[in-house]
Amino acid sequence: MLAVCLIQTQACSSRSVKAASVKAEQDRKPAPEFALKDADGKTVHLSDYKGKVVLLDFFATWCGPCKIEIPWFMEMERRNKDRGFAVLGVSMDDEGWEVVKPFLAELGVNYRVVIGTDATATQYGGVDALPTTFLIDKDGRIAAVHIGLASKKDFTDGIEQLLQGTAPAVTLNNDGRPRAE
Amino acid sequence: MQTKIPVSIREGFHVNSNTPSEEYLIPLKLTWTSTGALEGGSVTYPKPLMEKFDFSDGKPISVFMGNFDLVASFKVAANAPAGPGIAAGKLRYQACSNKACYPPKTIDLSISYQVQ
Repeated sequence: MLAVCLIQTQACSSRSVKAASVKAEQDRKPAPEFALKDADGKTVHLSDYKGKVVLLDFFATWCGPCKIEIPWFMEMERRNKDRGFAVLGVSMDDEGWEVVKPFLAELGVNYRVVIGTDATATQYGGVDALPTTFLIDKDGRIAAVHIGLASKKDFTDGIEQLLQGTAPAVTLNNDGRPRAE
Repeated sequence: MQTKIPVSIREGFHVNSNTPSEEYLIPLKLTWTSTGALEGGSVTYPKPLMEKFDFSDGKPISVFMGNFDLVASFKVAANAPAGPGIAAGKLRYQACSNKACYPPKTIDLSISYQVQ
């Protein structure tokens, strides 16, 4: 059932979204499981997030493009954490928490961050370029990958589509009318 | 004596200069691990470029691009024996394109010389 959105704002979640970068369900592969430590020393598994849409962001403190995206992700966490969404940052800094903790404090990062390993990077296809960001659906499958600085809209549209579930058969324009395909 | 160390950055990429614009950026840095019969090894870097990228938030940042030389200055140590020698060093850099950055890397380099 489609809800027609009469208020044309970004926050209108009843607008159906079909993000160009999100793969069709049948093309999504399972996201590899990992066990990595967060800032409190607790082990975080990807499977802890089953049932949630996850934005998995591989970043580093020396990465300029990463610093552009991180505030967007903080906003997305704030807006969507009560809707079954979570951001998880994976730092690829060799120096570990010594450099990452002050970085997170400086930016006021409001989501969980773990320290990544070479093994994790390999599991995720060999993460070399940063940022590399994965959108993972509620079933733990990779729905989208963004390598390098992407557009904020790509992320917001992708997250919205995954939060809404299966991509609708019809995409709506901003005026609520079905878009001709 | 001075020696030039040529550096070539692939098109579409840049490395932070030896004096990056922001504290969090990793600088280009050449250090000597052994100089044998030579002393010194101070490095002169070229004048950096100030360039804007998609991620620099409208601000130019200090980088090196394309081909350039680093110049290392040595002097022969007093009582240095005649003969060949090698000065060994490490060059650390961190490269980015317009949209993505790559892990910092350190490469080994060496300079052969002859004391006469």
